[in-house]
Formats: sequence, structure tokens, C-alpha cells
Amino acid sequence: MSLLAEVSALDSASSDAAVSEKAAVTESAPVSDSALDTESAKAPLVSLSALTKSFGDLPVLKGIDLEVRPGEVVSIIGRSGSGKSTLLRCINQLEQHDGGAIHVAGKLLDGSEMDAAALAQDVGMVFQSFNLFPHKRVGENVMLAPMLVKGVARDVAEREAREMLAKVGLGEKFDAWPSQLSGGQQQRVAIARALAMHPKVLLCDEITSALDPELVGDVLKVLEQLKREGMTLILVTHEMNFARDVGDRVIFMHQGRVHESGDPATLFANPATEELRQFLGAVL
Amino acid sequence: MIDFTLWDILRNLLLAARWTLALSLIAFIGGSLVGLALTFLRLTRWPGAALFCRLYTELFQGTPLLMQLFLAFFGVAVFGLDVSAWTAAAVALTLFSSAFLHDIWRGCVEAVPKGQWEGARVLGLGYLKTMRHIILPQALRMAIAPTVGFSVQIIKGTALASVIGFVELTKAGTMLNNATLEPFTVFALVALLYFAMCYPLSRLARHLEARLNVTAR
Repeated sequence: MSLLAEVSALDSASSDAAVSEKAAVTESAPVSDSALDTESAKAPLVSLSALTKSFGDLPVLKGIDLEVRPGEVVSIIGRSGSGKSTLLRCINQLEQHDGGAIHVAGKLLDGSEMDAAALAQDVGMVFQSFNLFPHKRVGENVMLAPMLVKGVARDVAEREAREMLAKVGLGEKFDAWPSQLSGGQQQRVAIARALAMHPKVLLCDEITSALDPELVGDVLKVLEQLKREGMTLILVTHEMNFARDVGDRVIFMHQGRVHESGDPATLFANPATEELRQFLGAVL
Repeated sequence: MIDFTLWDILRNLLLAARWTLALSLIAFIGGSLVGLALTFLRLTRWPGAALFCRLYTELFQGTPLLMQLFLAFFGVAVFGLDVSAWTAAAVALTLFSSAFLHDIWRGCVEAVPKGQWEGARVLGLGYLKTMRHIILPQALRMAIAPTVGFSVQIIKGTALASVIGFVELTKAGTMLNNATLEPFTVFALVALLYFAMCYPLSRLARHLEARLNVTAR
């Protein structure tokens, strides 16, 4: 009993500023619409202004302004080629933007050779193709970055990895190989792996698109749980039901611009532009 | 004329086969070391490193091994260097093997999917940590089968060392043929001995390929 208490004391002592900040966010996360007013007074966690990006001669992002506040769940929808994945990849600098500014947690990403280790502690990402490390067991996949990037001790990292895996419903898969898991399970491991770095915002790039339909639900359930815990989520998604039922805000991108945005209920019920109407007609 | 029994021929060929094996081993080990150095040089991303490695590879892949042996043996004599057939064969085969092994290993590093780089990058791993913990372990796995497969090419390549007077299996075969005038027997035995050395390696390569593929992902 006393040993347990010691362990948890150690745990909280070793947790860094990112964790305590996240805990603070969790406490003050909006529980009802009336809390939204105090929420909007907070500084944005992710802020994009006049963001531009081209691939060669092809402009992909033509000036994006977007602010995401702590605890918000923002869904980005749009046709393929509308720039939504590129937008997401600029936020964690997998793509370098050409113009405009990106602030994450108050820090300017200036497009120069930047510190991946520092950014990874603010921004986590989950990919459509999972990108688990096939030569490492599930547990090691989750433990790797905390140990290598943050210098967390192995036993601490392992305990936390088990926690994260339990959180996504895969507590018993710690010693499995990624190839032994279904797509839905692999994607949940990828989420656990991203969470192990305690990011302030989690980017999800079409994370259910490669999954069989019956496996999508498990992954979305994990996202819902993360939202309840106050995690900030930015997702590029084709899951319109999820965007409507769980998301706080929907961004419709069209030809490299934010064409329309607003709260999901209004946006899906009364699309203001012809492009969104057509898009919704095609996907719903 | 001395009468050669079948056993006499086989015994002499077996003795010569030791030198084929020794030369193959030297070429494989030397080629691995140089090839590894080239691969790491390329991975440093130093300016010019990739170009140097590419030129090196194309030079040795784009010229016949026989010419490389001639240059290593007769060519350097022009500069007043007197090299033994042993040294010339070892150097030429080492350089030749290193070019191919480097090319195989470079391909394996590049064959690791881009998503692995991105997965590591978003977790905060830098270039060196990603290489060491994510890319190289997977590349190594992929490299094993083609590397073993290439060792077969090295063994057969040593046959060319016979033309600069290095007495290995093929040279011993021609000498025995001259003495016995039984080309079919002699060269059939030579071929059989090469096969006995190469076949197990081919089988091993195929076995490794099948096994490593199943568990890879």
C-alpha cells in the first residue's frame, strides 16, 4: 500500500510541465455550452495565419487562418486535393510552409531546421497507415519515444505504456507484434504511442480510412474518450457522423482555402455554399 | 606420361578449391567492410558523399570484373608496383564486391517505407536515432537474403582470377586437363565442386528470404 503510494508520488514528481499543463486543461475543459465563453478567452493552442504552401508550381494552401483552442475537437473535411492533409502536416512540420505563421502552444514554428524533439512534446500525430515499427513489439513501440526523446527510465516508460495501451483497450497486447494485430488494433496502438509523449494536441490524418468498416468504431470510441479527457484534436476525416456528433467545429476546405467553417450541427444542416452542399451530397 | 586416376584429379581439385574458398572469403569480408563504409558514408548526407558512392558503384558495376583483375595485376605494374596474383585478385574482388554490396544495402535502407521515417519524426526522433532504432534494424533484415545470394556471385567470380595465374579451382582444372587430356571428366568435376559450394548458399538465401518475409510485417 505504502509502496504503491510511493510509486505514484514518483510518477507525479517525474511528470513534466506538459503533463501538469494538460491536467489543468482537463479540469477546465468545457462541460456545457455556457463554459464556452470562458474557454474562448484562453490563448489558442494552435494558431495559423495566412499559411501558404506550394508543391513546386502547385499551390496547395492559399492562405489559411485557423485558431484551435485547448480542448477543442476540430474536424477538417473536403475533397481529396483540397489541402487538408497538407494543412495537418504543416502543423507538425512534416511539410515546411512557405508563408504565413504557425504558432503551437505560443511558440512560433519559423520553418528553419527545428527541433523535432521539442515539437513532438507539443504535437502528436496518428497516420492513415499506422506507421507502427514492425520490428518492435507493441509495448516497445509505445515506450520508444519517451525513452529516447525524453530520457524516461525504462520501468517508468513501461508502466506508462501499459497504462496507455489499457486506455485504448489493448492492455493485453503489450508483448504482441504489430503484425499480429488487426488494423483497428494497430491504429489504437498508434494512438497510445502518440499519447505516451503527452502531446498538447493530437493530429489525426484520416486515421480510419484504411480500416474495415467494423473496426472503425473502436478507434472512434478512443477519440471520443480523449475528447472527454480534454485532449485537443485536429482531424482530417471522412467520418461525417463523428464530425457531427463529437466535433466542436468543422472546417470545410476547398481548393486550398477554408471555404466554410462553423459548428457541426449548423454546417451539416444548412451549408452556406454550393461547394459544401455538393460535397455533403456526395459523401453523406 | 603419368597416369591420373579419378581420385588423383579430384584430390588436386579439392586442394585447389581451398583457394577458391579462401579468396571468396577475403573478397566477401573485404567487400563487406568497404561496402559498409560506403553505405555509412552515404548516410552521413555529407555533400558529395552520395555522388562519390554512385560513381564508385557505377565504375565497378559498369566494367567487367576481368578488366578490373587485369588492371589490378598488370596495370599497377606500369607504376612500378609488383603485386602478386594473390594480392591483385584479393584487391580486385574486394572492390568489385564492395560496389555490389553497397548497392544492395543502400537499396535496403531506401526500401524502408517513408512512413517509418515520418512515424519516428513525429515522435521526436532525430536523424541518427531514427536510423539506428528504426531504419537500420529493418534494412538489415531485408539485406540478409540478397547478401547471402550475392556471395554466390563472388564464388563464381573468383574463377576469373585464374587468368592472372592465381591457382584456384578453375586454374587447377585447366592444368589438370593439360596433363590428363580428359576435359570432360576434369571440367565436370570442377563444375560439380563449384555447385557444391554455391548451392547451399542459394538454398540458404532462399530460405532466409522466405523466413524473414513472413515475420517482417
